[in-house]
Order: sequence, then structure tokens, then C-alpha cells
Amino acid sequence: MTQESKHSDPQACHDFQQQLPELIGSGQPLGDHPHVKTCETCQALIRDLETIAEAARQLLLSDENEPDSSSEDGLWERIDSAIKAEEGTSTDGDRGE
Amino acid sequence: MPQPNPPDATPVSASVETGKTTPAPRNTARTLPANPAEIEALGRAQQGDHQAFAYLYSLHKRRIYSLCLRMVSNVAEAEDLTQEAFLQLHRKIATFRGDSAFSTWLHRLAVNVVLMHLRKKGIPVSSLDEAMEPTQEDGPGKSFGAPDLSLTGSIDRLTLEKAVADLPAGYRLVFILHDVEGYEHNEIAAMLDCSIGNSKSQLHKARLRLRETLHSAARLEARS
Repeated sequence: MTQESKHSDPQACHDFQQQLPELIGSGQPLGDHPHVKTCETCQALIRDLETIAEAARQLLLSDENEPDSSSEDGLWERIDSAIKAEEGTSTDGDRGE
Repeated sequence: MPQPNPPDATPVSASVETGKTTPAPRNTARTLPANPAEIEALGRAQQGDHQAFAYLYSLHKRRIYSLCLRMVSNVAEAEDLTQEAFLQLHRKIATFRGDSAFSTWLHRLAVNVVLMHLRKKGIPVSSLDEAMEPTQEDGPGKSFGAPDLSLTGSIDRLTLEKAVADLPAGYRLVFILHDVEGYEHNEIAAMLDCSIGNSKSQLHKARLRLRETLHSAARLEARS
């Protein structure tokens, strides 16, 4: 009786991992892939990639995690000044026409 | 400047692209539900009301600054780009017709400002492969060994933020646009003028690079 190996041979992992960007991008269920069923290494890889994608959404997206500008008030003043300058230029241009 | 009502965060999808769960609608970073005050302010800002524009700024500044900062990983540049994004908004706000959510429209405008900036800086966002020559680290061999630690439940925000900031510019761009901001590969390909396959490939390489960095960080923490 043969026992299923926990780790496939490197070539099988290589072949599978070469296809991974496309497989992940297509949304195919990776857990059903024959190689993944028998390879703990690739199972762990997929778990980690899922964890990273999930963490990116959860951790970087929350409002409370949004970084403040270091010169927040100054930034608005800059924007406000630039807007007024543009409007002044525009008004001057209109007058000139 | 009027005090903003804090925008509600759209619930974050728990699904990932592995097919284990049905993918939920994306674009959570870009699409925020507008509150009535925002809708009113938008209409007034389109008529040239400064106070209303300032209110819109106060509602969206953090998200736009955050987007810029994550895309360029430089505080001064991010502030300049935030300024430019809101200046562009001021110039174009009258053209907003409501075909999409205002937050989505503004978000896309800001992404375009950043991409334009990166192109001016000479970062070839349209040819990502040239920008990011694969290194040995990216090779498939790195994923053959059994990992000694799982990342599940072990990623904290600061470690992830730093790891993302340390990514090569092109990797970071695709990772932020896809995994954080919720753009689809076809949208990213259109924005960066590259193929969809290229976008998928760069995202995968970015995640692999992050995996290595995060495993290293976890190993260091386990030792200490």
C-alpha cells in the first residue's frame, strides 16, 4: 500500500506554482486541485497568500487605520490658496476676453 | 471649515480569490455610502460653493491621502499628490454626473493623479516587468520548503504596512490597487497599460515577496 506523500516533488510544486497567478486570478477553487490535495507545502503557500490578501483588506482598509497627513491643516490651506489662485487667474482671463 | 460627519466604512469582504467562498463585491475602499449632507454638499460644490467643497475635502481627505501614501510610500509626495488630487477635483467637480458613487469617482481621479506622477518620475508603470526584474527570491524554489510558521492570525497592521512600503514600486502599485483598493485585474491593466496576465503575475509576486518578509518578521519575533 502506498501512502500519500505530504510533500510533492519540487518539480510538481514548480509546475503548480507556475500556474498559480492565473489560477488565483480566475477564482478557481484551489483546494480541489489534485496537486494541492496531496501537497502540504502548497497548501501552506495558498493559506499564506489568502491570509495576506485578507489582512491587506482588513488591516489597511479600516477607517481608524487611515494615516493622518502630518500637516493636515497646512494641506487644506495649500489647497485653498491654490484654488483661489486658479480662480483669480480664471477671472482675470475672463475679464481679458 | 465645517466639521465632517465621519463616513461609514463599507463592510470588508471576507472572501479571497481562492474559490473557497463566493467572491463578494469588491471596491470596498473606493465606494463609500454617501450621507445626505455629502450629497447636498456635492450639489453646492458643483455650483462653486467653497464651504461645500471644504466639507467634501474634510470627508475624503484621509482616504485620499492614505491612498497616495500607500502608492508612493513617501509622506511629502503623498501630501503633494493629495493636494493635486483635490485641485483636480475642484476643476472637474462640475463634470461629475453621478454615474458612479462620488467616492469611487474621486478615488479613480486620485489614482490617475498618482499614476501620472509616477510616470513623470520615470517609474515605468506601464511596463511592470521591466520595472521589476524577477530576483532569485521570486523564483518558485522559495516556496518549496515547508514553512516553519503559519501567517494565519499573526499579521499585525504595522508589520504589514512596513512590508508593503518596502515592496518594489511596481509590485506595491498592483498590490495596493488590487488587494487594498479593490480594483479588478482588467481595471488595473487598463490603468497601467499592461496585460491582465501581467497584472495577475505582478500581484502574485508581490504577495510572495510579502510572505517572505512577514515570515522573516515572525521568525524574528519568535526568537525574541
